[in-house]
Amino acid sequence: MNKELTTIDWQKLARYGLLWGVAAVYVSVIGMIESFSGRSIINNTLTLAQVLLFIPPIAAGYMIVNRKEIMPQDRNSVLMGGAAVGAISSAWVVLLIIVQGAIPGIRNVFINVSPALIEVLTFGLGFAGVFIYVAVTAVLGLIGASVHLLPDRGRRAVYNVVLTLLIAGAFGEIFTQVLRPLVGNVVVRALYTGGALNLVAAVVLVAIAGGLGWYRQENQARYEAFRGEIGTPRQKQVYQYQVAIGIILLLILPWIVGRFLSDVMVTIGLFIMMGLGLNIAIGMAGLLDLGYVTNYAVGAYILGILTTVPPDGSGYGFSFWIILPLCLFGAMSIGFVFGLPVLRMRGDYLAIATLGFGEIIRILAISEWLEPLAGGAQGVLYIPKPEIFGISFSNPQQLYYVVFAGCALVLYVSWRLNNSRTGRQWMAMREDEDVAQAMGINLVRTKLLAFTISAAAGGLAGGMFAAKLGTIFPTSFNILVSINVLSLIIVGGIGSIPGVIVGAIFLIGTPELLREFVEYRLLIYGAVLVWMMLARPEGLIPSAVRKRELKSGVDSL
Amino acid sequence: MSLLKVNNIHAYYGNIHALKGVTIDVNEGEIVSLIGSNGAGKTTTLRAISGLMSLREGSVEFEGEDIANYASHDLVGRGIAMVPEGRGVFAKMTVMENLELGAYTRNDADGIKQDLERILELFPRLAERKTQISGTMSGGEQQMLAMGRAMMAQPKLLLLDEPSMGLAPILVELIFDTVKELNESTGTTILLVEQNAHMSLQVSHRGYVLQTGEIVTQGNAKDLQQDESIKKAYLGIE
Repeated sequence: MNKELTTIDWQKLARYGLLWGVAAVYVSVIGMIESFSGRSIINNTLTLAQVLLFIPPIAAGYMIVNRKEIMPQDRNSVLMGGAAVGAISSAWVVLLIIVQGAIPGIRNVFINVSPALIEVLTFGLGFAGVFIYVAVTAVLGLIGASVHLLPDRGRRAVYNVVLTLLIAGAFGEIFTQVLRPLVGNVVVRALYTGGALNLVAAVVLVAIAGGLGWYRQENQARYEAFRGEIGTPRQKQVYQYQVAIGIILLLILPWIVGRFLSDVMVTIGLFIMMGLGLNIAIGMAGLLDLGYVTNYAVGAYILGILTTVPPDGSGYGFSFWIILPLCLFGAMSIGFVFGLPVLRMRGDYLAIATLGFGEIIRILAISEWLEPLAGGAQGVLYIPKPEIFGISFSNPQQLYYVVFAGCALVLYVSWRLNNSRTGRQWMAMREDEDVAQAMGINLVRTKLLAFTISAAAGGLAGGMFAAKLGTIFPTSFNILVSINVLSLIIVGGIGSIPGVIVGAIFLIGTPELLREFVEYRLLIYGAVLVWMMLARPEGLIPSAVRKRELKSGVDSL
Repeated sequence: MSLLKVNNIHAYYGNIHALKGVTIDVNEGEIVSLIGSNGAGKTTTLRAISGLMSLREGSVEFEGEDIANYASHDLVGRGIAMVPEGRGVFAKMTVMENLELGAYTRNDADGIKQDLERILELFPRLAERKTQISGTMSGGEQQMLAMGRAMMAQPKLLLLDEPSMGLAPILVELIFDTVKELNESTGTTILLVEQNAHMSLQVSHRGYVLQTGEIVTQGNAKDLQQDESIKKAYLGIE
């Protein structure tokens, strides 16, 4: 099995190419290609649809070279294999074009297989376009494979260029908005037209990104030398400065990036709070809670009901700042009460029970019974923005600070708990409840504490969410919130505090920024999660313990 | 003086009468074996003592106080530590973390540090592997760790549930030697539940033989080893 191959294993290569081809035909059939064919990355040159279509052959060519069981590593095989796998990956799309031509009724089944889609796929050339498509994929596969033949610095330059172009192009509209007040309209217009890069600007970017990648090695070496020179106390000082600068940057960030991005950051902040909270239950104490939305809803409704100021003067109208702690305590009490009946449950059973709690809260909120209080399906309206000493936190740029403070608080508490006696108790309980009990750990108290503290963060986030939106509806508190929070923890790395932050930015921030993808959000979500579990089950930034577990798992037994 | 007094306890699994009036006395400083075949009720007796199982009848007295109604986590602070069957170390934590958790109920940092040193001395294998993930150690080492961890709670009474289970014969010997050494060097009283009657009676002072939920024989370990019926039934000697 392990002997070196001398020729390409064509059968495996074909299978590999066909597998990638599925991705290309899939994005076509679900309608992504057609919807994005009008969205340019580089004006008049490259559309987002083309990028999506080109990824499979390039990726197939790039990745097959690493498969030593499929092909030998010499220059000719790499080039030939890359081109072949690229061309093979086009098979399904070609089949789609042919079938679509032969069976006119196919649109009744695949509603997205429209003439517009076929026009994109065949470059507007009719059936002859099929040959061009195959040729293009072959070339792309060749390009993907030939990256491996470049020297290290060359490869890095290529990565830099690809990443820069994709980010600058895909987030074009956001860059336009952010850059306009900073560098002036003239510069922005030189870079972008209608949210897509101009060709000249793209070429300049490619040159810069490529150049930086090419020369980075020397810089890296110089930086290492610099770090080696300075002593440890100095390094610590540098580190402190870095942290200070980081905090200052975070504090002025909303005024740099503008209103829209501030709003996105507020949403991310709310999810960071919830993520950190749920991380206490799942990551630290090992209690799989699938009903975290409960706490979010309780916080939001407490704040909504008690601060609302309807025009008819019927609301309580308390101040945001008085009620916010109440949200915290309210959620904690609910966490405690919901914790009681599930004390004896473990693992999957606990997950199902908590799933039920999430639904109970949503149904209570929408119920007629609580309608006088919670407003039923109408929700709670007229929730005023927070205000203190005459300063109103009304727009996202101002609300950012409220959420920032909330995040800082939850972050501090999580961090302290993680290294505390309580943290150890949770860790022991997570590993083995029976043995933990034999160590003298009071399971009842430890579990309830985890549920309660975990709930507090959710309540805080809920309260801020209500104040941010000004209106709350029962439909905002569905199971998707729980799933989102759980996903961001998994993606970031279960039990890891920095992981939660990165996970929130990645999973909550990216979809907000990629508005075009909104329709496909859950699809991409699912794909990312599956990929994560396969490629990096420990998460983006795993906690030290988890990393140890997964590593040692390989050698043990 | 009797440290642990188990008085005529009855316990049930659903409708199954698992313990039918078990009476055991453990004196201070002793090693006492509770031997018997599979399903005789040995582990059940331990679970009853450590509060993991409720009693229908009878009482468990520790230092003259009835402990039947204490929660099992409270017993650790009172001086009863248990090493559960199948070792039960925190597999994903390091050896040191496991040992530190053993001292969970204690608040005297200096005392804990001293005990830690003493236990690492007693179990040199653990001292070599302080930072190793305990799940990656061999079965014998894990058993050592579980015992060391239980000792970190400074127990007056140590309950060992089948420490030799699933270990290679050479390790079994090592484990029993360690049990004896623990008893001699720290004076800890040990109640040893074992299927390996031969080995456990060798290190014990006294022994009880449990059969289908009842004590059928008891006495000096030496006498029990000579007892013809026990030889036949449990020691495999004709």
